[in-house]
Amino acid sequence: MRAAVIVFPGSNCDRDLAVALKAAGIETEMVWHKDTALPSGTDLVAVPGGFSYGDYLRCGAIAATSPVIGAVKAHAERGGYVLGICNGFQILTETGMLPGALLRNAGLKYICRTVPLRVATTESLYTAGYAVGDTIRVPIAHHDGNYIADEATLERLAGEDRVAFTYEGNPNGSVQDIAGILSENRRVLGMMPHPERAADPAQGGTDGAALFAHLARALDLA
Amino acid sequence: MKARVHVMLKDGVLDPQGEAVRHALGAMGFDGVEGVRQGKVIELELADGTPEARIEEMCQRLLANTVIESYRIETL
Repeated sequence: MRAAVIVFPGSNCDRDLAVALKAAGIETEMVWHKDTALPSGTDLVAVPGGFSYGDYLRCGAIAATSPVIGAVKAHAERGGYVLGICNGFQILTETGMLPGALLRNAGLKYICRTVPLRVATTESLYTAGYAVGDTIRVPIAHHDGNYIADEATLERLAGEDRVAFTYEGNPNGSVQDIAGILSENRRVLGMMPHPERAADPAQGGTDGAALFAHLARALDLA
Repeated sequence: MKARVHVMLKDGVLDPQGEAVRHALGAMGFDGVEGVRQGKVIELELADGTPEARIEEMCQRLLANTVIESYRIETL
């Protein structure tokens, strides 16, 4: 299995994400945002956290207009896997690849701490390594993680079992405690928490490792 | 020509920054402030004759996130 980590000016979780992917046995390449094509054989595009373009205008808004995004969208349309974490999630909503938006945290503060997440579905290669109802501990680090979507979208997400993770003890005001959502074909995942920061014992927790490990196993078998 | 784009969170979208400003005004003794909504203003310097439809497209595609924001274009 091969992954491409997109690097924008201001990305700062790109290398951590690459380390976690490689630790799961995934061949990983970094791709600069000005590239217009992905390396051949890319199975997973990973959009990392950080402050792309300094969060100017809106978080993820400028990154969503980057040259590489055309290739990422085409990859998703072909049924490719895309994982957006934190700023990566914000970018995926700005491109329209995932519904809804991320607003300023309800408490207005930047929050950096490890939080409990509930695994809400195992019907995706990202979450199939967990059990529904599992509580995992994963760090969050964001100022704009307050997920919002209109009623129709929320009903659709719930009806189609597309909420991947919810917060236990909502830290940021997200509607219905939503921490991560899946696309219609369940191959695009956006989440505010950082599984790559809980993927090695030296980080103080390894609850995020199963996400990468299961994805790698499943795609290698495919 | 110049255009000014006003971007606001849509009605019904909670604006925590506006709420914080409202609280601060109350704490300073400004009674009767019942609501504060905070938005942004973007000024564009455009080639003369730029059609309004073009500015509209800029708003749709970049300047506003129409999932959560509304916008108003003012040509000057």
